[in-house]
Amino acid sequence: MTRVTMTVNGKAVSGEVEGRTLLSQFLREGLGLTGTHIGCDTSQCGACVVHVNGQDVKSCTTFALECEGAEVRTIEGMANPDGSLSTIQQAFQDHHGLQCGFCTPGMVMTASALLAKNPTPSEAEIRHYLEGNICRCTGYHNIVKAILAASGQDVSHLGHGDAVAAE
Amino acid sequence: MPKDHGIGASTKRREDVRFLTGRGRYTDDINLPGQAHACFVRSQVAHGRLNGVNTDAAAGMPGVIRVFTAGDFERVGGLPCGWQVTDRFGAVMQEPGHPVLATGKVRHVGDPIALVVAETYDQARDAAEAVVVDIEELEPVLDMKAALAEGAPKVHDELTSNLCYDWGFVEENREAVNKAFETAHHVTTLDLVNQRLVPNAMEPRVAIGDYDFATDDSTLYTTSQNPHVIRLLMGAFVLGIPEHKLRVVAPDVGGGFGSKIFHYAEEAAVTFAARHLRRPVKWTCTRSESFVTDAQGRDHVTRIELALDAEGHFQAIRTETYANMGAYLSTFAPSIPTWLHGTLMAGNYRTPLIYVNVKAVFTNTVPVDAYRGAGRPEATFQLERVIDKAAREMGMDPVELRRKNFITQFPYATPVAVEYDTGDYNATMDKLLEIADVAGFEARLAESKARGKLRGLGVNCYIEACGIAPSHLVGQLGARAGLYESATVRVNATGGLVVMTGSHSHGQGHETSFAQVVADMIGIPDNMVEIVHGDTANTPMGMGTYGSRSLAVGGSAMVKATNKIIAKARKIAAHLMEASPEDIELKDGRFTVAGTDKSVAWGDVTLAAYVPHNYPLDEIEPGLEETAFYDPNNFTYPAGAYACEVEVDPETGKVTVERFAAADDFGNIVNPMIVDGQVHGGIAQGIGQALLETTTYDEYGQLLSGSYMDYAMPRASDVPFYAVDHSCQTPCTHNPLGVKGCGEAGAIGSPPAVVNAVVDALQRAGHSHITHIDMPLTPSRVWAAMQG
Ligand code: FES
Ligand code: FES
Repeated sequence: MTRVTMTVNGKAVSGEVEGRTLLSQFLREGLGLTGTHIGCDTSQCGACVVHVNGQDVKSCTTFALECEGAEVRTIEGMANPDGSLSTIQQAFQDHHGLQCGFCTPGMVMTASALLAKNPTPSEAEIRHYLEGNICRCTGYHNIVKAILAASGQDVSHLGHGDAVAAE
Repeated sequence: MPKDHGIGASTKRREDVRFLTGRGRYTDDINLPGQAHACFVRSQVAHGRLNGVNTDAAAGMPGVIRVFTAGDFERVGGLPCGWQVTDRFGAVMQEPGHPVLATGKVRHVGDPIALVVAETYDQARDAAEAVVVDIEELEPVLDMKAALAEGAPKVHDELTSNLCYDWGFVEENREAVNKAFETAHHVTTLDLVNQRLVPNAMEPRVAIGDYDFATDDSTLYTTSQNPHVIRLLMGAFVLGIPEHKLRVVAPDVGGGFGSKIFHYAEEAAVTFAARHLRRPVKWTCTRSESFVTDAQGRDHVTRIELALDAEGHFQAIRTETYANMGAYLSTFAPSIPTWLHGTLMAGNYRTPLIYVNVKAVFTNTVPVDAYRGAGRPEATFQLERVIDKAAREMGMDPVELRRKNFITQFPYATPVAVEYDTGDYNATMDKLLEIADVAGFEARLAESKARGKLRGLGVNCYIEACGIAPSHLVGQLGARAGLYESATVRVNATGGLVVMTGSHSHGQGHETSFAQVVADMIGIPDNMVEIVHGDTANTPMGMGTYGSRSLAVGGSAMVKATNKIIAKARKIAAHLMEASPEDIELKDGRFTVAGTDKSVAWGDVTLAAYVPHNYPLDEIEPGLEETAFYDPNNFTYPAGAYACEVEVDPETGKVTVERFAAADDFGNIVNPMIVDGQVHGGIAQGIGQALLETTTYDEYGQLLSGSYMDYAMPRASDVPFYAVDHSCQTPCTHNPLGVKGCGEAGAIGSPPAVVNAVVDALQRAGHSHITHIDMPLTPSRVWAAMQG
């Protein structure tokens, strides 16, 4: 067991880990941050994506020890400081970009990393960037739409621009 | 004006906030104090005699608490099958045992042999590798036709053969159908494979068993679409725990698509282990493990024949299908290729004579059961493909041939035992041609050509039977369960409501849409209604969510219970206003005496129910809580028309879906945004089946497509935006909401559209010999077809 220290969602954390402990395990089991999901064991599905030093990475394929001293951000750290949904999260809700919600944390983390690099991506660029994220529920239509909307682009031609907030 | 609340509004989903902030509570997010971890030792071979399991080394490894083997489960029942099919000679199907842990033989790669429980998952996994299994390998049976050959090795030694059943439907029509084919003007024949798929909900299965020895209560947390069904099957048939001592919780569930309907061995094993060890036992499936343990879908090999007269009127349909059951009968497996498949063979068309023959076969592969659509995609695919082929052979336009044969009078009793209540297939076809911009196809074709690409257009229809089901009917057909649904509506003193439903939501958004319905009925804001589901401890006995039944059946139960609430509340309001209940109207959350300005608010009435100071106690009880069970008297029949436009690269055979449109008739709609999302997801699964996904076993029965590196899941770049429309609405005539169900349509309607489009593209390019390519239409298959 080795001690690892990192910053997760702005808070300094540390814990004892084995050499084989994955970042995803450390987050879920060590810190109880269960928003990061595990959907596969071959680094394909992207349900586990988090940000490490601002870069989107698959936490299932990253050792916890590799993140010594790193700044890690997970889905739990994505909301605005006042607790309201951030632009990308809100766009996913407004455009029904999630159904069962299992792929969603990874989708949101990947999308926000894309938008940080490319603030107005095209449809093709979005679809390409989501290569490592699988969603079985949505057929991607509303995920791509939500990301377009979050980047300020017009999505009115893509159906149901008229979603309403619950009373 | 689109509605802004209640039924018909695209209300944003309330469940999203927790999912978007990492606060969902999926089964794997649950960790109980003192929890131990489980890992299964699984068969690495497809077929073999299990001569011994040596657990000595494993038992001594660090952290190991106990290694369970089949002997520990001797006094436990096997996993039950929920549907018994009667074959065409009147005999019941062959039904093999399905032990929790493999006994005597292993029958597929992934068959569980032992269960290691340790302090941590890593320790359990390490120890599982130290369990020594002595298996004498036997020749596996993989191909269905070979499995039925004389002298083929048997998957189950105690059965007479690998044939589960040979089903004929409608058997009495067999001769008449054969005659019609002898005299037909034209017969189109198509041989096809509806390949095996892996459902692949993104959340792998998880099961946590818990036991309180002080009270003798067992709890199972599991990734299930129907916790009550699991409680009944596991409690009554496997572990012998009465239902009042067993609680099953299915919290947030990350997709199901059918694969989480069934009762799996792991659920029983961890519940059993927890009782023995008196501590919680958790098992989390790895994705690799789910590929060899989750029930798979489809896997039909079919010949379909369509007889037509000279004008193109359908005269008769005859099909012969081999349906793979895999190594054991999964919970509802026998019903899928029979009652959920044969009964849909009329499609949207008037065909006077139909005969469906299905031979269900055991093989040394993972069990096959319902996957999104379950039987109906198989029926639709073969029918819509053979119609396209017939149109081509007879020189007719495929859309016109369909229109010529559409059922236009309702109700319509098909020759395959179902009665469609409503529909308007010309309307959905008209709508489809509009939203798909079929008129613009020629221009797009020319544009593709200019770029050296082939382009094709495929159109087809579908119908499905949803809202399963009338219990009395399915009982006659062999179901060993009822298929009603339930709801309890509890009104609180200050007017808020909690609705406890037997349906389960694992992506469908019931917490939002069910609340819209109840709030609309009373005329109060949606957020005064809370939906509770997924826990047998606080919901009435319900059959769960599958077959697009939640709103049609579960929603109807909820409407019934809410109507009881309103009837009672009206009496209370009448008392408060000294009027007669018949004169009381409920609108926008207020009770009014008709024709007067006298009124009381909903909250005044609910308060009176719980603080019954001024209350007709001699006539009605205090409180405001009602339960209703709803058992439908027919299925619902969503239907529609789909169009796909593809480009094919003539150099590589790669197919790209350029446009996809769906016009569906789901009857009335509660939340259009959610309905769109359901259709989108179904279409992507259908495109996945048509172009990408397949389950491949090698000659030894090893699953070659056993991870996301080998099993091609549709990704964002494999699909386009979809044009979907559900403005054609012929409401269901027999449920109170007039709804039909929308969960499976996309997956049912889309595969034939894609294949029709690819064949069309190849035909237009002069490959007139290509009348069919089996799915998935990978570049290599399409390229090979072009060379032939
Ligand atoms: S869990 Fe990390 S990619 Fe699937
Ligand atoms: S929302 Fe269920 S997997 Fe994406």
